[in-house]
Amino acid sequence: MTATLLVFFILATLSIIGAVSLILQKHPIHSALSLIVVMVALAGLYLLMGAEFVAAVQIIVYGGAIMVLFVFVIMLLNAGLEEHTNESKLAGFPGILLALALMGFVAATVARSTTSASAVGGTVPGALSSTKQLSTLIFTNFVYPFELTSFLILIAILGAIVLAHRENS
Amino acid sequence: MVPTSYYVLLSAILFGLGVLAFIFKRNIISIFMSIELMLNAVNLAFVAFSQANDKLDGQIFVLFVIIVAAAEAAVGLGIIILIARNRQSLNVERVDLLKL
Repeated sequence: MTATLLVFFILATLSIIGAVSLILQKHPIHSALSLIVVMVALAGLYLLMGAEFVAAVQIIVYGGAIMVLFVFVIMLLNAGLEEHTNESKLAGFPGILLALALMGFVAATVARSTTSASAVGGTVPGALSSTKQLSTLIFTNFVYPFELTSFLILIAILGAIVLAHRENS
Repeated sequence: MVPTSYYVLLSAILFGLGVLAFIFKRNIISIFMSIELMLNAVNLAFVAFSQANDKLDGQIFVLFVIIVAAAEAAVGLGIIILIARNRQSLNVERVDLLKL
């Protein structure tokens, strides 16, 4: 077992533990902290694959901005423990079946399609200069979608302001 | 060197856990967080395939997904604040106005 594989298994276990903990925790703030663990582990996996810009964006935007927003809203609304009602019991059985079927389907597809699996590692040639290539690609081939996302962000900001605005009446 | 299928399998497991959390959680904020978990799982698959094919397009899609997730979080949390203000509760079973 090489060192890369070892790091992969450590990070993968960490992310799965975080995801299971997200399901099991009863308090939303604990779920949010578990989700941060998943995101940091995924950022480590991106680094392992040589996608260092995506890893940095993952930490800054996901682990930083979005999760701070979540924690802020949890604090603002003073969210307490989840209450369980009997109506939700019915969703359990089809829910587990659905998730298992989904995982099995994806696993089968992967097993069938990647028999000639090419290996992914941090030793991709030119991996450390991928940020430069990424920015070149964004501002040449993907420049219109990139500009459109700025409109999307603007509209989202306006929508959030309109939604959260309290009228003094 | 880690085979691509390992990354895709991890991505599938995380997505399945996200679906489970989406179904089992009753708190509207936790449900929203499980959506973020599913988005993260898809991002992992994108980066893995991008590296496997030695093309950077997948990583650019990941950046777009992150941008859309940020916009979604801003608007979605605004809606959650409105719901909590109107219903005095964060339980999704209290929000059943459209149910027959």
